[in-house]
Amino acid sequence: MAEANLSRRERPLSPHIQIYKWTLPFLMSGFHRVTGFVLYFGFALIAWWLLAAASGPSAYANVQWFYGTFIGRLVLLGYTWALVHHTLGGIRHLFWDTGRGLGDGEIDWLARATIGGSIVLTLIVWTIGYLVMR
Amino acid sequence: MAHETKTVHNPPAAARYYGSAHTGTQTFWHQRITSVAGVPLTIAFIAIVIALLGRSHATTGQVLGSPLVAIVVILFVASIAYHMWIGMQEIIVDYVHGPVAKYLALFGNMFFCSVVGLASIYAVLKLSNGV
Repeated sequence: MAEANLSRRERPLSPHIQIYKWTLPFLMSGFHRVTGFVLYFGFALIAWWLLAAASGPSAYANVQWFYGTFIGRLVLLGYTWALVHHTLGGIRHLFWDTGRGLGDGEIDWLARATIGGSIVLTLIVWTIGYLVMR
Repeated sequence: MAHETKTVHNPPAAARYYGSAHTGTQTFWHQRITSVAGVPLTIAFIAIVIALLGRSHATTGQVLGSPLVAIVVILFVASIAYHMWIGMQEIIVDYVHGPVAKYLALFGNMFFCSVVGLASIYAVLKLSNGV
């Protein structure tokens, strides 16, 4: 009887996120996954835009109205940053796949470059966007 | 045994698909291919979006439907849809363990990626046909 009860107990799990020290590479790994997760659902924004363009002027007016609102622009700004960050993070991963850039200092340097680069590039993209927008 | 595979899992576990899928390397490789393709395609897509900011519906439709832009957008959409299917599958198998929840999530993932990917491609093809 005791044995039967034992077998029904929850199996022990491996240690997860909460027990590890928060280091920069650890956070970057998390950022890469989280930005990928967010971009996944954000793809619907692109699909909506393309479908609206294919549907006609009134559907396109709706999508343009939403992306023109404060909330819409905030969503697009977040989407742009996530896209740039995930792209730079992806390039970093591809670089690592060649066996390079894995030294102690290099990992931190690449992490900082990814964060800094993603913010700078997002601002550049949006500045160009506002300059050329009609 | 007619079909013998080297595995540390016992047969019932393999039968319930808890064993290795044996296609991990291919999945890893496809994720790399789509990420390499994704870099120039993402840059090109951002440039296309910037060029179309605030433009009228007619102009947007004409630009999106022009051959070069349409092909770039279709390649972008296709490679990203496949890339995000693999990525979300990785997240699901990492965190979702209940058998029902896991398969609902895996199926939902496939349906979502197929729908947004194919709907986007359809939209671009429709615009291309109109030009």
